[in-house]
Amino acid sequence: MPRNLTFNIFRYNPQDPASVPHMDTFVLGETDSMTLFIALGRIREEQDPSLQFDFCCRAGVCGSCAMVINGRPGLACNTKVKDLPAEITLLPLPFFKLVGDLSVDTGTWFREMYQRVESWVHTERVFDPAQEEERMDNDTANRIYELDRCIECGCCIAACGTARMRKDFLGAAGLNRLARFLIDPRDQRTEREYFELIGNDQGIFGCMGLLACEDVCPKRLPLQDQLGFLRRKMALSVLPWKK
Amino acid sequence: MLTIYTDLLCIGAGLAGERAAVEVAGAGFNVICLSLVPARRSHSVAAQGGMQAALGNAAMGEGDSPDVHFADTVKGSDWGCDQEVARLFCDTAPIEMRRLASWGVPWNRVVAGVHTYYKGGKPFEKEERKEKEGLIHARAFGGTAKWRTCYASDGTGHSVLYTMDNRAAQLGVEVHDRVEAISLIHDGGNCLGAVCRCLRTGKLVTYISKATLIATGGFGRIYRASTNAIINDGGGLIAAIETGVVPLGNMEAIQFHPTGIVPTDILVTEGCRGDGGTLLDADEYRFMPDYEPEKAELASRDVVARRMTEHMLKGKGIKSPYGDHLWLDIRHLGEKHIRTKLREVDEICQSFLGIDPVHQLIPVRPTQHYSMGGVRTNKDGAAYGLSGLFGAGEASCWDMHGFNRLGGNSLAETVVAGGIVGGRIAEFLAGCELAIRTSVVRDRQALDEERVKNLVEKSGGSENVYQVREAMFDVLQEVAFIYRNGKDLESGVERLKEILARAKNVRLRSGGVGANPELALAIKLPGMVKLAQCVVYGALKRTESRGSHTREDYPERNDRDWLTRTLATWREGADVPTLDYEPATPSFELPPGDRGYGGGRIIPMDNPPAGPGADKE
Ligand SMILES: Cc1cc2nc3c(=O)[nH]c(=O)nc-3n(C[C@H](O)[C@H](O)[C@H](O)COP(=O)(O)OP(=O)(O)OC[C@H]3O[C@@H](n4cnc5c(N)ncnc54)[C@H](O)[C@@H]3O)c2cc1C
Repeated sequence: MPRNLTFNIFRYNPQDPASVPHMDTFVLGETDSMTLFIALGRIREEQDPSLQFDFCCRAGVCGSCAMVINGRPGLACNTKVKDLPAEITLLPLPFFKLVGDLSVDTGTWFREMYQRVESWVHTERVFDPAQEEERMDNDTANRIYELDRCIECGCCIAACGTARMRKDFLGAAGLNRLARFLIDPRDQRTEREYFELIGNDQGIFGCMGLLACEDVCPKRLPLQDQLGFLRRKMALSVLPWKK
Repeated sequence: MLTIYTDLLCIGAGLAGERAAVEVAGAGFNVICLSLVPARRSHSVAAQGGMQAALGNAAMGEGDSPDVHFADTVKGSDWGCDQEVARLFCDTAPIEMRRLASWGVPWNRVVAGVHTYYKGGKPFEKEERKEKEGLIHARAFGGTAKWRTCYASDGTGHSVLYTMDNRAAQLGVEVHDRVEAISLIHDGGNCLGAVCRCLRTGKLVTYISKATLIATGGFGRIYRASTNAIINDGGGLIAAIETGVVPLGNMEAIQFHPTGIVPTDILVTEGCRGDGGTLLDADEYRFMPDYEPEKAELASRDVVARRMTEHMLKGKGIKSPYGDHLWLDIRHLGEKHIRTKLREVDEICQSFLGIDPVHQLIPVRPTQHYSMGGVRTNKDGAAYGLSGLFGAGEASCWDMHGFNRLGGNSLAETVVAGGIVGGRIAEFLAGCELAIRTSVVRDRQALDEERVKNLVEKSGGSENVYQVREAMFDVLQEVAFIYRNGKDLESGVERLKEILARAKNVRLRSGGVGANPELALAIKLPGMVKLAQCVVYGALKRTESRGSHTREDYPERNDRDWLTRTLATWREGADVPTLDYEPATPSFELPPGDRGYGGGRIIPMDNPPAGPGADKE
């Protein structure tokens, strides 16, 4: 006997002067292999075409559809409704600016983050098209790839206790990005230069170690390990006998 | 209306758009990229498998060269490609992979020693050479003579797009995300920019630019079943065809991927078969070697997708509530391989299907995957019809893919073409000054404002936008899928004429205020239906079978009459496009021949070009 699912969905359209924040309820019959992607699509097409939410790849790799699902930040596209109770509450991610209903603006925040951590390889080497590529150990490549897997969905920021208190905290996503360059032999920044970017309360020393970031990461990135690694590195880098 | 000026307006911030943007910004020009979503969510991020480039570092790639890559590409295209462009691409790809390495892509590298690999489910050994250790490695992909596909685990698109966007941030390229281009501004001879809708506020914005690049990716979402991201609905192509002067090339050339999962059509990478995965039928019997004894599961995509369909038509598919499907089997690759080298595949199976591919079979079927056609450009990336308009990436028909592109060639195309076209745009911009008749801009703005106003104020109209889209989906699934025939295509053309009229007669059911999603679809639906008609009408007129275009009533590849590229232009007020044709290639480095797979009869050219015939594999 298929269930009837009740969706309580946050509604607010900041562009509409008549709109006030409230919850709307929609009822939908459950079908086989139904995900929140399928369910929200049906609600929009069959019940309320003004409902705003973001899906893009709908395959769990682009990070567009993060929202708070029954109290927990996660990706909607790969959430199977059969894993949820019959009553489902959906809220937009906190922290980020609301675009409308379940849609938030993570893009602006992440672009600022790239500038703050200078999210690119810093090198003096000039690319020479006639030369064979610089060699790299495959294990190193794999380790970089591991940290490059962040999909910038914003879940870790939305779940972060520090970010709730200080808007300028880099969060796990920002610190993980820096760690990715720190272990990349192509990046020639010194530890001192890294320290200047993140050796403060907006950066690595702002983390209270509450672990929520790693808990909610849909890619299961080892975020706490990275934070610990950075903290040790950064502490060591300011000791007087290190360069 | 807010008006923004820039040297280059790059419509699209996927790999092709950003690679071009980086090239142009590096030359000192001002660049703005537009994107429906934050740049890193562009569909390029979803490409799993990798990029082809003849580096020849891997043991199984020994002896590879741009020449071998070129031959694979031309055969893959079923001789439909522009051979000068294919040559340019193959020669440049290795340099581009190295450049990406210098910018930070964590390519997998050669590890010296003996390794086991699988082909057709059986283990084999290969030895990677010591002197190649640490160089960029490659894996196998369908339709290639060598292992040539460079990869970063199975998140190649992700890693390369993140690296490219980092590079763009470093160079100060502005990305305006949540902005949708809805029309091009032009005076009949020059492109002057675009009118756009902000997807945060719903307001219209005008961008005036010296050069405009369409890099909006594929248009797979005119089909119901597609591996494409749901934002891939052809916005850039719609803006181009609505000019009435810019032709779209080979719109009937649509690729279907053999392995979309059932029911959501999410792609599992060809890398699964490259690494040794096999296809099984309802009896768990491996059927591909019966059809393709040589290449089996690794024949080119069009061939595998066709054989799968053929096999299911024989009643060998597995029945499911979502229709018939087949099985993909990767169990024998082992837990370690699946959990590391094919991790995204593992995740997709677990999260979306609730199955474990280490122990269970994966339900798959062919689904729309890639658009070979698009804005027709010359080899510099300049669009036909308007000066100052360029195209690159999947949105363009540059045309190295002809009627079938090889796996791994498209992601590589985005960066290779992005670099080359970006260079040409920088040359175009040097010393370029815009002379703008302001009335041209004003008239275009007025037209778009009126379109939006009519929809929001609900002046007239009665159709439900989603139902009209469903009607379009039905036509494409029924007449323009893997097998096509004249009778069905003809009825498809007539049905789409009616659907176009309905699409222009939509009435919103919501208020249409702000970033309203129903309004966004209502604005572009008539254009989507026109793209659908370009596909169906082009397929009807092309009375042969070539690459992915398979006509049951014309099974031969007809080099005598159809070694051509279709050019579709939409004249104002027309209900079908005007079709013109040009030679597929300006010259033949590789004269038409047998692909070596796929079978089928060929009607030869009357006067075949001189030179060696295609070597038979
Ligand atoms: C699931 C999947 C896996 C794939 N795997 C591989 C692979 O392994 N190897 C390979 O070679 N190829 C692969 N491909 C194909 C390849 O990924 C694409 O062809 C390629 O990434 C397209 O890149 P692009 O830059 O042209 O477009 P995209 O990356 O799609 O970018 C398009 C950009 O245009 C923007 N845009 C679109 N419309 C508008 C508009 N109206 N206004 C403003 N902006 C707009 C979008 O927001 C986006 O930024 C795969 C494709 C799919 C679907």
